[in-house]
Amino acid sequence: MSGVWTAILATAAGCYLLKLGGLVTPQRVLEDPRVHRFTDLVPVALLTALIAVQALAPEDRTLELDGPRLAGLAAAVAALLLRAPFLVVLVTGAAAAAGLRLLI
Amino acid sequence: MRDALSVGLAVGISGLAFGAAAVAAGLTVPQACALSLLAFTGASQFALIGVIGGGGNLVSGALGAVLLGGRNALYGLRLAGLLRVRGARRLAAAQVVIDETTAVATAQPGRDGARIGFAVTAITLYLTWNLTTLIGALGATGLGDPEAFGLDVLGPAAFLALLWPRLTAGRTEARVAAGAAVIAVGTTPLLPAGVPVMLAATAALIAIFLPGRRAAPGAVSDGFDGSDGSDGSDGKERS
Repeated sequence: MSGVWTAILATAAGCYLLKLGGLVTPQRVLEDPRVHRFTDLVPVALLTALIAVQALAPEDRTLELDGPRLAGLAAAVAALLLRAPFLVVLVTGAAAAAGLRLLI
Repeated sequence: MRDALSVGLAVGISGLAFGAAAVAAGLTVPQACALSLLAFTGASQFALIGVIGGGGNLVSGALGAVLLGGRNALYGLRLAGLLRVRGARRLAAAQVVIDETTAVATAQPGRDGARIGFAVTAITLYLTWNLTTLIGALGATGLGDPEAFGLDVLGPAAFLALLWPRLTAGRTEARVAAGAAVIAVGTTPLLPAGVPVMLAATAALIAIFLPGRRAAPGAVSDGFDGSDGSDGSDGKERS
């Protein structure tokens, strides 16, 4: 069982050092407008990638087209297009997926 | 502020799922809580317990989990200039540089908004995530199937809602997003978990070297072949 504790502490330490690494990188690095633009676009790229992976391969590396999950996300997009507030978007998405799963 | 609280709610629900999954994977309740308190980055935590539950190698499990946290370093690079924290506060702030806090902070207009959004989201999430991990771990069996309630949609829907203003604001952003999604999905079957999302950062890299005059939305992923893009899944269902 101590192996599991070691893995937990090693993971925690590694994750923390990565988080800190970004914050302590000298800001001089960002003075180049292209570097600045890059770090500005990075969250867009990473978060979109995360959305895509969570939508299409949430559990492991196998891509799966889960109808209700994709329909739920489509419902969330529809809510966003209608300028619904954040919570309404979430509830709409989850409810659409849950409703479809009840029916199937 | 409302963003922060809503994200907190969505994360709380995944905290329940994490606590329950951790115990199901064979961790003790203190181990599940330690992971949430100390690692505090959901994707890495799920990755590690997945390996532990599957009886996999712990060293490669920990390495994979840390790799999955690599994007937080890139977030930190972006947030450093917004937050301007020093000394002990920087050491504390580092622990909460994650997807959600970055999404909220970068969605706010102005530096003050970003700082407040970051702080409120961080505190809300840290408390919620750890409390719901504990509850989920203690009540591991009674939770039922989260998918039946559509809870698997909450994570991606929350990120989508936070990104929405930026995705619809500029063509560059939309192209970067499209390219990133293609890269991540295309390489997911080929690479270890966590790597595809990191690799998607190259969409941002390509964008800064391309002048913004190309119209094709796929332009961003040009020259990146690794993905044949297709979502050709086998439609395998898990429930």
